[in-house]
Amino acid sequence: MSTSDVLSELETSLLAEIAGAGDLASLDAVRVSALGKKGRVSELMSKLGSLPPEERKSFGQTVNTLKAKVSDALDARKAVLEMAALDERLKTERADVTLPVRLGPVAEGRIHPVSQVLDEVVEIFADMGFSVAEGPDIETDEMNFDKLNIPAEHPARQDHDTFYFSPKADGSRLLLRTHTSPVQIRTMVAQKPPIRIIAPGRVYRMDSDQTHTPMFHQVEGLVIDESTHMGHLKWVLQEFCKAFFEVDEVKMRFRASHFPFTEPSMEVDIGAEAIGKPGQWLEILGCGMVHPNVLRNCGLDPEKYQGFAFGVGLDRLTMLKYGIPDLRSFFSGDLKWLSHYGFSMLDVPTLGGGLST
Amino acid sequence: MKFTFSWLKDHLDTEKSVDEIATTLSAIGLEVEGIEDPAKLLGAFKIARIVEAKKHPNADKLQVVQVEIAKGEPLMEVVCGAPNARAGMVSVFAPLGTYIPGSKITLEKKPVRGVVSNGMMCSAAELELSEESDGILDLPAEWADNVGARYIDVVGLNDPIIEVKLTPNRPDCTGVRGIARDLAAAGMGKLKPEPKLAPLNEAFDCKIPVKLEFTPETADACPVFAARTIRNVANGASPDWMQSRLKAAGLRPINALVDVTNYISLDRGRPLHVYDAHKIKGALHARLGKNGEKFLALDGKEYTVDDTMCVIADDSGPLGLGGVMGGESTGCTPETKAVLIESAWFDPVRTAATGRKTGLVTDARYRFERGVDPASVRPGLDLATDMILKFCGGEASKAKVAGKEPIEERVVPFDFARVEKLSGVKLTETEISNTLTALGFTISGKPNAAKVTVPTWRPDVHGPADLVEEVVRIAGLDRIPATPLPRQDGIARAVLTEKQKRARRARRLLAARGFVEAVTWSFIPKDQATHFGGGSPALDLGNPISVEMSSMRPVLLPGLLTAVTRNRNRGLADVALFELGQAYRGEQPEDQYTSAAGVRAGTARLSGANRHWDGNANPVGIFDVKADVFAALSALGFDPSKAQITRDAPAWYHPGRSAALKLGPKTVLAYFGEIHPATLKALDVEAPVSAFEIFLDALPPEKKKSRAKPALAASDLLSVTRDLAFIVPKDVAAGDVVKAAANADKTLIRAVNVFDVFEGGSLAAEGKKSIAIEITIQPATETLTDQAIETITKKIVTDVKKATGGELRS
Repeated sequence: MSTSDVLSELETSLLAEIAGAGDLASLDAVRVSALGKKGRVSELMSKLGSLPPEERKSFGQTVNTLKAKVSDALDARKAVLEMAALDERLKTERADVTLPVRLGPVAEGRIHPVSQVLDEVVEIFADMGFSVAEGPDIETDEMNFDKLNIPAEHPARQDHDTFYFSPKADGSRLLLRTHTSPVQIRTMVAQKPPIRIIAPGRVYRMDSDQTHTPMFHQVEGLVIDESTHMGHLKWVLQEFCKAFFEVDEVKMRFRASHFPFTEPSMEVDIGAEAIGKPGQWLEILGCGMVHPNVLRNCGLDPEKYQGFAFGVGLDRLTMLKYGIPDLRSFFSGDLKWLSHYGFSMLDVPTLGGGLST
Repeated sequence: MKFTFSWLKDHLDTEKSVDEIATTLSAIGLEVEGIEDPAKLLGAFKIARIVEAKKHPNADKLQVVQVEIAKGEPLMEVVCGAPNARAGMVSVFAPLGTYIPGSKITLEKKPVRGVVSNGMMCSAAELELSEESDGILDLPAEWADNVGARYIDVVGLNDPIIEVKLTPNRPDCTGVRGIARDLAAAGMGKLKPEPKLAPLNEAFDCKIPVKLEFTPETADACPVFAARTIRNVANGASPDWMQSRLKAAGLRPINALVDVTNYISLDRGRPLHVYDAHKIKGALHARLGKNGEKFLALDGKEYTVDDTMCVIADDSGPLGLGGVMGGESTGCTPETKAVLIESAWFDPVRTAATGRKTGLVTDARYRFERGVDPASVRPGLDLATDMILKFCGGEASKAKVAGKEPIEERVVPFDFARVEKLSGVKLTETEISNTLTALGFTISGKPNAAKVTVPTWRPDVHGPADLVEEVVRIAGLDRIPATPLPRQDGIARAVLTEKQKRARRARRLLAARGFVEAVTWSFIPKDQATHFGGGSPALDLGNPISVEMSSMRPVLLPGLLTAVTRNRNRGLADVALFELGQAYRGEQPEDQYTSAAGVRAGTARLSGANRHWDGNANPVGIFDVKADVFAALSALGFDPSKAQITRDAPAWYHPGRSAALKLGPKTVLAYFGEIHPATLKALDVEAPVSAFEIFLDALPPEKKKSRAKPALAASDLLSVTRDLAFIVPKDVAAGDVVKAAANADKTLIRAVNVFDVFEGGSLAAEGKKSIAIEITIQPATETLTDQAIETITKKIVTDVKKATGGELRS
């Protein structure tokens, strides 16, 4: 048998063995028997030295070719066997894809509707150049009433509306603010016009029934400069209502009214179309031009400065916009209620992205 | 304030409809609370005649009647249960589809015991006219001529009642005439002139002396008291028209003398009082009360007066409270033969105070506390005299007037341009001047420097802004053009302060950690306030709405823990709630602070609560809330590792499983830990609760940094990690081990992580524990040799030992 026949036979036999290897272990045994140190191909190489010099080169090449062929065949077979083994393993790896998962904290957490709506309101007024002013809940008669042109005998100053603290030795009593107007006073006293602020916060009145709670939230607005008039007030309120209720038009009705701290004073109704209930009017806020006495009380000359103020119930706005029926639930800490009416932390109101969408 | 449409028309010449009038009233500041239009409720009820009545074939107590409901129309068959129904009877018929107010049903076509009824014959109760429900209305037989007509038209019930809610500044509109004046000014018609009274024959002198007995300081309590007696009166019922108007206004007619005073009060806003002149002992004294004096008021109750109240007395003592309520002893009855009419003026503030003290709410108080027109004293007296003479006969005395009306002429300097400057609406000078004139103001001088005299019935008008209000409310607020508020150039700027931004961010961060935001009351039960370090008397409400809401909260936790219990009682035990809001260390503005507090109850952990196939949640513990605090502070731009952790959280935390996070000894940034079992018990909370409080105001302001981020200092060299376990005494804090290790080489050691704490086994017996840390060493410029790493590791071991006494675990 010629050398080439031997090689050819060996090749045929090795390739057959490789193809016949049923698993990685037997394939490895073929590899060792062929290419291992004492393997059949390796042994051929060791014969190289015994050949005449003129045959060495071609023999070497031939054996190398065989070696490469066998090696490739081993790799190819290995890949096939590995894939088959993987397929076999994956067949056993099977998840019950219907098992429930936890949604994680972001899905559980909620922002209280009043906080959310305050963020919305701030967003709207920020665009109109209003900043946010805050003040204490515990106030004096002077800040809550006197400076606001509410005389001592006014019914609002009697016990049945206002929460008072026990009298001090000098007879004075502190109180819980009944509106956020003291913040307006503090702002006007501290800062020269032009002023554009909103004053949101908790306020307190001795009321408790289906539609009243002893604590609730207000947002008041104040603009003071030398030329702001009722037309500007109307515009601000119209734009606010449109932006807040996210509609193109809001029917609004301005009615003359009376508050001690504004003159002229107006009450404002909006058409309930804005909240999808056509045909009704909803009283939503009171407003007016800041009373000259209030300006004077804050050291501002009413001949020079003028401007408007308005006040709106934040809880009421919330109820109207989001269809929440009962004010009392706002403060109950009831998880079911909060989870239902509350907002995801991802619902950040922006003018660009929409307040509620 | 209620009145009828026809009453209004006594003063207002108008062709406008009730709806137009109502819309205008609301627009100009006289808010219409309701219109009771009988035509809307009872318009469908018609006069009808029963032509034939037969027993119902299937029911003993029912009849089947044939009813004529309109002349010449076919008869209607109606089933009727009224015992008084009979042939020939004239009554009231309601066709199918009619809403029956008395029984709150709408008639439907359905058979009654097999007979279809085509409507209903009605009782007075079904029309809500009276309680009478024994039978159907039995109307006079001659009304058969009116068959087919609306019942309300035939009986004169078709006068709509308008109810107006008055703001406290408008005493003039406590009388129908004042309302008519406003409407006339607003173009709703013409104000009719005051009717001329018949010339009065003052036949004799009023014999009852009237004395004002005040000191100069209290003389304003009742500066004027006018009186007149009328003798030989016959005090019967007042005329029907007056009675029906009083009823419409919500008053009960009593007798002619009393009804006249009530009527004038409603018609003119001028309260009056009538005394049976024969029952007055001696003189009438207007004076302040004496403490302890008593009188029996017209409401049948006895009242005790004090020396702040203005009383009207005779020589025997107080008869009534001036401007509030008269007395029973001198009241006018049908037997009254001589009457004394009082027309006085009482101080608004004192009247209001007296009303509040006594709890008396009367029509007189309603008017006097708003400020009755002082010029109405004499005209009111004369009008009452005129009516009494008409209704009751008799002879009138001369009027007796003690004191003087407190009339001060008020003149407001007014530049008409002020209207546009304040309201933004341009009105002609003529319109401005006409409006003010129509409201009773008189104007002199040029429009740019006018002098406007305020009418006596408008105590609310003092300055130019008040006049602008008068002009624009009458002109119509809808004429004010909405005018854009000038905006700053360009894009809107950020307006929130740093604290406000932090509050916003903290809210959303906590919500992102699974907390649900609650808003709880600022006032809590006193015992809770005390338990949580508050409860000082200065923070107790003097007039709380309930004991549950009596003391200002010193911290936010009580409200949240109460909510935990409430939710648990509703079957929700695993609750994570937070609140971000104010609490109070004292009553001064600077004592109020903003806190973000959270509670985790049951198994409400960050990774999820309750049981789950992938692993049940453990009960919450200190490390859950520590993570919340650290995450929140990081989100607020503060590196929590810069703060010290100390073991002095307040008493409502578990003493061993809680901590304070501080900056220096004084500044507390946060408390966190498990809630003390005794606190849970005190607040009736079951289940483990861990909580935190973050004091947002205490956070140092964020340092102003350049907006550009510093260059990234990331090395391309691989970092090396080494694990070291130390045996330390049991009370050594892991933090101290970490700190010592981290400080061993501040440039190369990038991170130290505690990956195992083991306290069990033989270590426990020795009072020791094992703390295993993983150290990450980050070479900066060149790869570290094994020797260099070894040097660092050795230094760590030495430093940890020095700091904590810890030995490397072998």
